Amino acid sequence: MTRVDVPFGRRAVGARGARAAGVDAAPRAAGAGTLHIDWTRCDGRGLCTELLPELLDRDEWGYPLARTGPGSDVAVPAELARAARQAVALCPRAALRLG
Amino acid sequence: MTMTQPIRTSVAGPTGVRRLFAAPAPDLASHLAAFGPMPAAFDEGHLIAELDDSGLTGRGGAAFPTWRKLIAAAESVPSKRGPAVVIANGAEGEPLSRKDATLLRSAPHLVLDGLLLAAATIRAGDVVLYAPASSFEPVARAIAERPDAGRVRLVAARDTFLSGEASAVVSAVGGGPAIPRDHPARLTDAGLRGAPTLVQNVETLAHVALLARFGATWFRQAGTPDDPGTRLVSLSGDLPVPAVFEVPGGVPLADALGAAGASVDGLRAVLVGGYHGAWVPASALSTRLSMQELAPFGATPGAGILMALGTHRCGLDAAAEIAAYLAGQSARQCGPCANGLPRLADVLRRLAARDRAEWLPGEVDRLARLVAGRGSCHHPDGTSRMVLSALTVFADDVREHLAGRCVVTS
Repeated sequence: MTRVDVPFGRRAVGARGARAAGVDAAPRAAGAGTLHIDWTRCDGRGLCTELLPELLDRDEWGYPLARTGPGSDVAVPAELARAARQAVALCPRAALRLG
Repeated sequence: MTMTQPIRTSVAGPTGVRRLFAAPAPDLASHLAAFGPMPAAFDEGHLIAELDDSGLTGRGGAAFPTWRKLIAAAESVPSKRGPAVVIANGAEGEPLSRKDATLLRSAPHLVLDGLLLAAATIRAGDVVLYAPASSFEPVARAIAERPDAGRVRLVAARDTFLSGEASAVVSAVGGGPAIPRDHPARLTDAGLRGAPTLVQNVETLAHVALLARFGATWFRQAGTPDDPGTRLVSLSGDLPVPAVFEVPGGVPLADALGAAGASVDGLRAVLVGGYHGAWVPASALSTRLSMQELAPFGATPGAGILMALGTHRCGLDAAAEIAAYLAGQSARQCGPCANGLPRLADVLRRLAARDRAEWLPGEVDRLARLVAGRGSCHHPDGTSRMVLSALTVFADDVREHLAGRCVVTS
């Protein structure tokens, strides 16, 4: 197979690249960002649910359960940014990320 | 649709819906006679434009637009983590799926063409075909027949339900266990050993091989505007001839089932999309196999799996059996899945066994909603979807079971 020496057909790709990036971009909620739970690390110690009781409940097995509904990403309002950063730093399993 | 350059090919595109299986035999000569050679020179931007215009979406189940995934991988290159990786995914851990094994056996050269085109488009340094070892023989024979496929590495997929999940594929190809990983970054940005990694289903790649030759306009001559082209379906369950068929996109479910000799009269429901899919009652089999028409049922065409349930079968029994299998297939990495699926399967089993406890349906519903979305892959979500759909479609069975009866036996 021979590749034609147009460097990745930039002209043809440009608009589509922008469209692809635009559609892919996660909507950014007003607030401190999103708390992501890595379920492969979490073992339900519950520290995050104590630091962020407004956001996180525990399910019957002890795993964090977002009060906004099931999911792996929890929107953090600005007033809880500090507590969310603490939860990330103190999680004994390093299972939380703030993005 | 914009054509940035004419497509040169020596053979006209297959007419009708027999496309992926248009070659009468899997050897290279039959392949070339049916489809002609790959375009001798092509422009990656042009191929991506054709893929965009074609509306081709991933045939592994997630239906992600193929052009977007290709462009994402292409634009992540060059990466500090090394050249890009492309992986043809032929692992169909789903027990009801046979289409990828059938395709690799019947048209290995189309898959290799698509894989090499994708590799050239993203300038891949590592080209992998990941599939069960049972599919290696026809693929290895095809590789040996052609001079350009020597760099394709074959990596064996384990026979587990989750072995084909994209992050599990990347883990397995990297020598790790074939289990999903938490991957907030897209694999096209950071996949195998941190390199941009494109994981595409083998059927998707075979369509890419045809699109590179015959273009988007030809592709859209089959199917419907919202599900263009053809797709492979694996038909199973209570059917005279369980088999893999190539059907036009948006085909009515009854027509697809008819290809396998099924009469709608003998059916109660069809599980659409496989074990992670949703039930469609027999009264609605005029529904088309498309995102739009299946949405009210919570189903999608997925990887093209249709399992027929005969009128002699209890829907709750069937759903409970599948839920038990899925609970056993949890990778047991994520607490809500590892704990929740066995519990969900057990409560559903009690309902199927006509345990007359009024709280059972409510508890099935609660548990199914509790686990959804709370894992690093979609295993809990898919299991939840199938179970919730069973409660809706088999509502009569639920009522009868709570009264100690069954609509099938009574």
